[in-house]
Amino acid sequence: MPKVVVAMSGGVDSSVAAALLKEQGYEVVGMMLRLWSEPGKEDSNRCCTPDSMAQARRVAAILDIPFYVIDAKDVFRETVVEYFLEGYARGETPNPCLICNRKIRWTFLLDHALALGADFMATGHYARVRKVESDALSLSKGRKVELLRGVDRNKDQSYVLHVLDQEKLKHALFPVGEYTKPEIRQIAEKHGLPTASRKDSQDLCFLAGEDYRNFLQRNAAEMLKPGEIVTREGQAIGSHNGLANYTIGQRKGLGVASPVPLYVITKDAVRNTLIVGTQEQLGSKELVARDVNWVSGETPREPFRAEVKIRYTAKEAEALITPNGEGQAQVTFDAPQRDITAGQAAVFYQNDVVIGGGIII
Amino acid sequence: MIYLDYSATTPVDSRIVEAMSPFFNDSFGNPSSVHRFGQIAEAAVDSSRESVARVLNCSPDEIIFTSCGSESDNLAIRGAAYALREKTGAKWILASRAEHPAVTKTLEHLGKYDGFLIEWLDVNEHGMVTPEIVAKAICGETAIVSVMYANNEIGTINLIKEIAEICRANKILFHTDAVQAAAYLPVDVNELGVDMMSLGAHKFYGPKGVGALYVRKGTPLVPHLTGGGQEFNLRAGTQNVPYIVGFAEALRLTNEEREQRVAHVKPLRDKIIGSVLESIPDSQLTGAMESRLPHHASFAFKGVDGNLLLTLLDAAGFACSSGSACKTGNPEPSEVMNAIGLSREWGLGSLRVTVGVQTTAADVDRFLSELPSLVEKARRLHTNK
Repeated sequence: MPKVVVAMSGGVDSSVAAALLKEQGYEVVGMMLRLWSEPGKEDSNRCCTPDSMAQARRVAAILDIPFYVIDAKDVFRETVVEYFLEGYARGETPNPCLICNRKIRWTFLLDHALALGADFMATGHYARVRKVESDALSLSKGRKVELLRGVDRNKDQSYVLHVLDQEKLKHALFPVGEYTKPEIRQIAEKHGLPTASRKDSQDLCFLAGEDYRNFLQRNAAEMLKPGEIVTREGQAIGSHNGLANYTIGQRKGLGVASPVPLYVITKDAVRNTLIVGTQEQLGSKELVARDVNWVSGETPREPFRAEVKIRYTAKEAEALITPNGEGQAQVTFDAPQRDITAGQAAVFYQNDVVIGGGIII
Repeated sequence: MIYLDYSATTPVDSRIVEAMSPFFNDSFGNPSSVHRFGQIAEAAVDSSRESVARVLNCSPDEIIFTSCGSESDNLAIRGAAYALREKTGAKWILASRAEHPAVTKTLEHLGKYDGFLIEWLDVNEHGMVTPEIVAKAICGETAIVSVMYANNEIGTINLIKEIAEICRANKILFHTDAVQAAAYLPVDVNELGVDMMSLGAHKFYGPKGVGALYVRKGTPLVPHLTGGGQEFNLRAGTQNVPYIVGFAEALRLTNEEREQRVAHVKPLRDKIIGSVLESIPDSQLTGAMESRLPHHASFAFKGVDGNLLLTLLDAAGFACSSGSACKTGNPEPSEVMNAIGLSREWGLGSLRVTVGVQTTAADVDRFLSELPSLVEKARRLHTNK
């Protein structure tokens, strides 16, 4: 009987993932990571409050599977929180869920799962994996694992999983991705599992339900240095109170008087200036992504067309992708895209298959 | 699954289940009732009390049945503290940080909410509160001293008789938590010379949810669970008749079979200690070697997350325990690990292995053959953090 560790959060999706795998005949073990919380805010951390831990423990008991909590506080702070702070210090808008998935869930937790004797690790993500015979012309022959969008397009979470490589995907199971959210709720009810899902929130777990600016204020106040607001044409028209306080595309709250609406276009961390411009200046057809992960493990040799998602909630847009060596890729959209934001990921899809992705420069 | 956590709790001996069983339905009466149903239940409680008194070598009216060892500790310490304050204005209580939380938290509470002054006694590197430490710490104002008979985490046995003598000579009330000790050590209160002693049945093959407190006649005590007049007005609430019967029977059997139980567990424990220290690098025994509970082995491993080691052990089929164990993944070295002076690097990596009457030599061999590689795994994962 193959053994699988399910990363449980107490929420309905990972609970159903465990239930489905048990039904499919796996030997299932539930695990939860104790992540870092700001001192004093342990009860409002979104991922591992005492409440969600009790919930996950309860679900494990209902499913009659073992359940363990692993301490990941230090590694989470050193990797994810540092990444988050460094990103803002560079003038980017980092997405720490990406590095969390790569370094915490699919490295740290996977190591623990394998040490426990597991063959697979599963999460409650809406995504799918598919084993395929790789192309005869491919450099590495043999079976490959493709990463696919979840069946439920509204809930698809493959965006945050584009960081996975073949070594990790070989061990990955995403049972929930084969179903729609309403179906998952039904399955939860059938098994008598708690169906209340956490508030669908874009908040990061360690922000304790607060605005990220409060977190920066408390943990990296030194990076919130006031500076100039400058137009695309180089004219200083006001001052900002710290680059990290602004997001690309932001219009409200700039505090500058102008005959036409002005938007945040980009941030110049070196000069500590906020560059603003008109709506027309906001769009761009080009972006470059760094640290690109090609899910197949092979860098495409030719430019190729794909649908590109530039943030978790963005709609895909048609583009030509040109891998340009050194882990980078040039993305040329058919039409200008608004709000291309450094630090977020650009993820490339062909139909349902995730080809790869990288961090927008 | 191999169970090596007998200090956490024990399975209930089938002879005890049998002794308890009539008192759930056939003889279900309330011991306080006037009628025959009540009389039969009362008789069961009384003979249980007599049975316990015979083992403890005391009078039956010196036994108070409670719901657990922790309640016994609470009643003893709170009850005596309030009573002595009323009588003599007493304020000072002495205990070590290596005590069970049922004692340390109760003392913290008395300090915080009731104005008592708590002096924390040192322990030596084996976690022992020596008679010398007690003798040095007491003064004319000391009202109560509480020292556990044997430590739950590290198995160290304290010299209770000697400490009791010091307390008696200085007219200080002496309480001992014997919850861990009673499974293997003699509990004759006159031999020990204690004024109060806490017991819990589930550490010696009795049921959970029942304990007892020995209180020497004449010891001032006020109840902390008030209501009806049960248990000599010291612990209100309808007596839990079947569990009291189970407690008494468990203690009687433990006393009768003590020698053969010790003869069974001690060689197993010695094998575990010898093999672990020999086969696992950067390991040490925690607690005393000689003055140690006969079923109890405990270790510290450098650079190991004790919680993770328990997880790996459980997945491999072995149920053990750790001083830093925490189901919420937030490990901290225990007070005991801090008290015996272990650094964090060692203190987080504690492991407790406790055997019992059902443990076989084959169980121990299997455990010892797998432990070294699991410690190694835990070390590797810890380093990769």
